[in-house]
Formats: sequence, C-alpha cells, structure tokens
Amino acid sequence: MASVKSTKTVLTILQLRIFIALFLVMLYFSLTTANFLSQNNLLIMAKHLTVIAVLSLGMSLVILTGGIDLSVGSIVGISGMVAGYLILYGLPVGESIIFFNPVEVAVIACIVGALIGALNGYLITYLGVPPFIATLGTMYIVRGAAMLSNNGATFANLVGRPELDNTGFNLIGNGEFLWLSTPVWLLIILTIITIFIVRKTPLGRHIYAVGGNEQAARFSGIRVNRVKLFVYSFSGFCAAVVGLIITSQLESAHPNAGNTFEMNAIAAVVLGGTSLSGGRGTVFGSVIGACVICALNDGMVMSGISEFWQMVIKGAVIVLAVVVDQLQQRLQARVLASA
Amino acid sequence: MSDVIIETAELSKVYPGTIALNKVNFKVRRGKVNVLIGENGAGKSTMMKILAGAETSSSGEIFVEGRKVEVSDVRAAERLGIGIIFQELNLFPNLTVSENIFAGNEITRRGSLQTRKEIDAARALLKRLGISIDPTMKLGDLYVGQQQLVEIAKALSKDVKVLIMDEPTSALSKSEVEILFKIIRDLKEQGITIIYISHRLEEIMTIGDNITILRNGFLVAEDEVANIDIPWIIRNMVGSDKKRFAYSDHALGEEVLTVKDVSLKRSNGTLALDHVSFSIRAGEIVGIYGLMGGGRTELMECILGAHPMATGDILLDNRSIMHMDIADRIRLGVSLVPENRQKEGLISLMSIVENATISSLWRFAVPLPLFNNLAPLRHKVEAEHVGDIVGRLGIKVGSIRDAITSLSGGNMQKVVIGKALLTMPKVLLMDEPTRGIDVGAKEDVYKAMDMLASSGIAIIYTTSELDEATAVSNRLMVLASGHLRAVMDRANYDREAIVRASTPLAMVG
Repeated sequence: MASVKSTKTVLTILQLRIFIALFLVMLYFSLTTANFLSQNNLLIMAKHLTVIAVLSLGMSLVILTGGIDLSVGSIVGISGMVAGYLILYGLPVGESIIFFNPVEVAVIACIVGALIGALNGYLITYLGVPPFIATLGTMYIVRGAAMLSNNGATFANLVGRPELDNTGFNLIGNGEFLWLSTPVWLLIILTIITIFIVRKTPLGRHIYAVGGNEQAARFSGIRVNRVKLFVYSFSGFCAAVVGLIITSQLESAHPNAGNTFEMNAIAAVVLGGTSLSGGRGTVFGSVIGACVICALNDGMVMSGISEFWQMVIKGAVIVLAVVVDQLQQRLQARVLASA
Repeated sequence: MSDVIIETAELSKVYPGTIALNKVNFKVRRGKVNVLIGENGAGKSTMMKILAGAETSSSGEIFVEGRKVEVSDVRAAERLGIGIIFQELNLFPNLTVSENIFAGNEITRRGSLQTRKEIDAARALLKRLGISIDPTMKLGDLYVGQQQLVEIAKALSKDVKVLIMDEPTSALSKSEVEILFKIIRDLKEQGITIIYISHRLEEIMTIGDNITILRNGFLVAEDEVANIDIPWIIRNMVGSDKKRFAYSDHALGEEVLTVKDVSLKRSNGTLALDHVSFSIRAGEIVGIYGLMGGGRTELMECILGAHPMATGDILLDNRSIMHMDIADRIRLGVSLVPENRQKEGLISLMSIVENATISSLWRFAVPLPLFNNLAPLRHKVEAEHVGDIVGRLGIKVGSIRDAITSLSGGNMQKVVIGKALLTMPKVLLMDEPTRGIDVGAKEDVYKAMDMLASSGIAIIYTTSELDEATAVSNRLMVLASGHLRAVMDRANYDREAIVRASTPLAMVG
C-alpha cells in the first residue's frame, strides 16, 4: 500500500529528526552569520558543547530510569569550589597540610560529585522521596554549601605553586592533545564509556528495564535500588567533571558556577528523543541534542538576536521536539497495528 | 407490566482469541434479587459491564421494559435506570463521603457548589439506607466495608431501577453483610431490581430469588433459588466437559522446596496468607486452585521474595532462602511467571530478546570477578540461547529483535515463560499462566509445563479454572482466605470438594 509506505518514510524522517534539526540549525547560521563555521568559532562552540553534553550523559541515564536530576548545576558549582580550595589551601590533616597535584584534586572533586549523586539516589530509593523533590532539595543545599565554602566569594588564581608541585590545573580545561582540547577528549571518552554501559552491559539493560516497567524489573530479579543509586551517582560524577572543566578554564572557582545548567542538560536529553517517563531513548541522541542547543545558543548570540527572543525560540524548540516525538509514537503505533 | 425488566437476546462478546459471552439469553426479573454465578472467566463481569454500558457487545440485543435499547456508555445506562457497583471501589479516599456520593453529579446553583445541600441530601440518603456514617467524614478514614456501603449509596443517589452488585460482600465484615442484606431487602420493597454476583454460595441461598449460571460464556442453567440447593449450583458451575491437556507420568525426584508456616499481613492488618506450609519435589507439578483474593498471588510472591515482611521459612534444597532478595533467589533457582503479564512480566518498550534475557543477563556477560553488571554482554551467545528457547516453546516470532508488543498474547506469555526458563530454575512459579490467552496457546503452555516437569523442574501454578487445575497437576492445593484448605493427590481429585473448599467461609463472627 502506498499510504503505508509513505507513512514509513515519514517515520524514518521523524526518527532522524535530531540529526536533521542539527543540520538545519548549522546550515541556517552558516548562511546568515559570517564566521559561524570559522575555526575560531567552532573551538568556542566546542567549549560550550562539552559543558552541556557531559551533563547530558549523566542526565540521560537518570531520565532513562524515569527519574530527573535537578542538582547537577549545583554539583558543577561545588566541585569547582572543592577543587579551588584544595589547590589554594590544601587539606589540613592534624598538624600538617596536604597539597594534592591537579590529577588528585580532580579525582577528589569527582568523588565528591558522585557522593552527592549517591545521596540523591539514597533519598530516592531507600527513603522514597520523589526524584524531583529529592534533587530539588539537594540543588538548594549543595548551592548553599558552595556559597558557604568561601562566603559567596570566588577562589581565584588557581595556578598552583611550583614549590607545592600542584601547578597545571588549567590544563584540564585549556590543555590540548592531538588537535583537540582536553575537554573535548573528556567528552569523547565519557560518551564512549556511557554508550558502552548502556548498550553492552547488563547494567545498561537494567537501566532501560527499570524505566520501562519497574515492577517487572523487580520481579525479574533486578536490584532496582542499586540501579538508581548508580545512575544518580554517575550523574553527580559527570557534573563534577563539568565543574572541573569550567573552573580550570577560568582558573578560578565561582560558587555560582553551573547555575541553571540542569535545564540545558534536560533539554538536550529531551531533544535527543529520550522519553521523560523513562525506558526509551539513546545516549548518543542526547549528545546530538546538546549539539543542537549549543549551535542554537551560539548562533543566536552571534546573529544578534535579542536575549529575550533567544529564550522564546529555545523554549519553542524544546516543546516542538516533544510534540514531534508524540507524533512519531502515534505513527509508530499505527504502523505496528497495520503490520 | 411484564415480570422481566431486562432481557438479552443472543448477546455475544468476542475478544481477540476468546469468546467471553456466547449468545446469552439472560432474563432479569423485576423486583427480585437476580443472582449471577460462575467461575472466574465464565463471563459474569463482561455481562454486567455490557449492561452498565462500560463495554459494548459484539452482537445481540438488549431489551429494557420490552423496548430494544442501545447501552452505548455509562450515561446511557444511567438514563435507563441501570446502576452498577463495581468490584473494585471507584471512590476518592481524599474526598468526604458526601463529595464522593455526588462526584460527577454535583448539586450546583448558578455554577457554584451547594456543599450544605449535598451534605443534607447525603445524610438523608444514608439514613434511608440505615447506614450510620457521617457524610462529612473523609472517605479514606472509613473501613473498607463502610466504603463499600458509601459506594452503594452513591449508586442509589441516582434514580436507579436496576442495581448491579459485583461481589459486594468480598470486603465486608459479618455485621456489614447484615446491613447490606437489610438494604437489599428494603430496595426490593421499593421495587428496585437487584443483579447480584457473588462467589459465596451460602449467601446466594440466603438473599437470592433467581439464579443464573454461566460457564465459559454460555448460559447453562437458570432457576428459582427456592427450587435448588448448593450441590446443584456446583454441578452446573463446574460442568463435566473435560478439556484434554498434556499430562505424562514421570518419576519424581528429591524434595526441592519447602514452605513452612508462611504468613503475610496486608496493609490493613488482615492476613493474606495464614501459616501456609507445604513442600514440592523435583519434577512435580502442583496446582493451586482458589478464587482471586484467596492468597494465591501473595504465596507466589512470597516464595519469589517480593514480600520482605513475610514470616515463616522457605527452604530451597534444604537451605533457607527467607533472608534473600529476589535477585539472589532467582540465581539459586526460583523464578516467577507473574499473573499480570503487562504490568509485571513484560517491558513493553523492549525487544523480544531483551525481554527474554532480562532475568538472566549474568549468564551472557563476560565473567568478571567484580562488578559483574559492568561486564560486556556476549550478544551472540544471548541470541543463541533465546533462539533455542523460542524453538522449544514454539514461540511464533519474525525476528527476536522485533518489539515484544508485536506478538500476540499467547506468544507474549511464552516469552515470559522463556524468560523464567533462561534463569535455569529448579522451582518455577506460574501465577495464572493461561490468563487471557486462547485455547491453542493454553494447550501449548500446559505442554511446555509437562515437558519442563519431565526434565526435573518443580512447577507450582495457580488457576481459577477447575479443568486446568485438575488436568496437568500431580497434586492440587486449594487456597482460600489465606488458608490452605485442601490438598489432594491426583488419584483423589474430587471436583465438587475442590469447589466447596475454595468458597470463602460464611462469615464467622
């Protein structure tokens, strides 16, 4: 039947919509805005992209289980403050003070991020707090803690001191290796790891199963609580990586860093075709979603669209993405029924 | 006026794969208590849903007061004066009694709620029914039995001529049953016709005037209650036509599972399971017969480990598994095919192969000493095992990568069974394994059970159909109100005794 065939064509187009969207956004701004595709601008966009995309990796796993993590922006802030403090003042242990090298600092900050994520997971699983409320709470608590850590002031000039052997922190955000900056490498490596987890391991299956049907997952012998604990910890870890990147790029830690980043991360995941009710979506889709948001943000800034219109357009794009997603679901159901 | 108020002519309802009602000519006598009875799945609820407008018939006609009518939805039924009280309560625990009674039917004046009037009307209504409940109380603060009475009051707040009650006493205490019976008698005096569905045979003899029996979608008998007795009811409910299901004699092995004094409390404090004890040997098939709510599902879930609050002890190979969670028990060899395929068995967003192996992924991951769940999966090995199971169970699939939702109900059920088998169980629990699948698929499921038992797996399955309970089992246990009421060996199966044991006891004070 011709109609079924054309329906299937439409369906294929809808399934590839995020790539089409990325292409169209890039095309539009490259035609209307000079220098949009210049090497310089692409480097700047890559910087912005890593921030949103790394957050969206952790957020993808959380949303795939049917949860949400509003605390990632705050974790970005506090992990930077942890790193800043450790570089400037070290860790007092008894009489002496230990100074860590930048790699150790980064590991500690990531552990702090993962632990905050684990706290989210603990609240949600063992104490039964709904994810939205639990992470809303930690969002405020963690942001407050970041402010308290230095009375709302920044830890500036994080270059380290040669005599303490803790220089080189700025390389995390500004270093370069084989033509790409360190953050881009971090994004690539983390993306590969996340996709590996999701597609190739039992844990990945379990994540989809928990989001698809928690009761069936439980009866199948999946330890639902542990799965959730993992995804929130992982999300916290990803947020800490972003905190490190930003802090390192600026060579200073600001307690307000990462404010509202959670919204961009959620938007990227949703644009990438992941269902907010869980169980459906891909990690790679989220990364492409982050690309779209980034290109849209930077393109609108460069072409001088007013900040107010930027908000309107971004909101409209997100809503449109979900509307199209619903359309695709319905069409898919119809194709399945007619098959 | 004719003495028949509602009459159906050749009423049929066909679902994909099953015929729920088969050309039924049902007569409802005016001003009487018309009892409708039959096993689970006999078609009672379908019949009532059609009369109440919650379902539409596939063919046939309905006459009310001799006039042919279309009962297209619940509103249409209400206009005809047909009200229904469903088995599950359709009430709002967060609202007050009077708000519940008038929900969807609020008393308003120029668009604003007349709360005072509603309360007064509710109070008058409750008083007329002889129910002493304060209409301003929050519904959730009432006992379940009282809530049931509110549901009845709600149905009567509209102008009903015929009131359908679907198992109204299942949640009532003895004194509440008495109140209900008094209400029913009062309603009869007011000329209201009752259609009454119940499994409690003694109750039917007390309150019923006429009785109609359904079996497998057919109307098999009708008479006046005065002319009949309980054995007559059971004979007609059960019938004598036996279906052929696979059963082969094979040697039984050692005892694998022992259940000792297992009890489980419901959230309202009553016992869902009351000191249940039994054991099962390798290769044995034990059927559990009993009505819904008798504790079958809870027993299965307790053995699987879904109820950490359960007390007693469960031994697998003489080793207690009571302290273990579901994941550990599955690894040791206990697996469940749950009652509700869609809600508890399948993950509808996943493919066939993903569903089949979700319980047994540890077998298909590269073995690691630590962090097993992060080991890479060997997709090829996984696909081979699933292919093997698909062949053994005769699952009709295009590709195992297809969506699980592309399968028919029977094939979905086989995937759920395959999922349990892939965990290499020693004890396989199957809760209503044939619910909602067609006859052909049923035969396949029982054939598979026979095959699995022959290979040494112990199987415990539940069913509410007597034929299926007796056909394939070595031993039969009857569970009612959380008690193990009867245990019979295959040689001593007595269908009437089984049904009698499964009937909830007449309320003991």
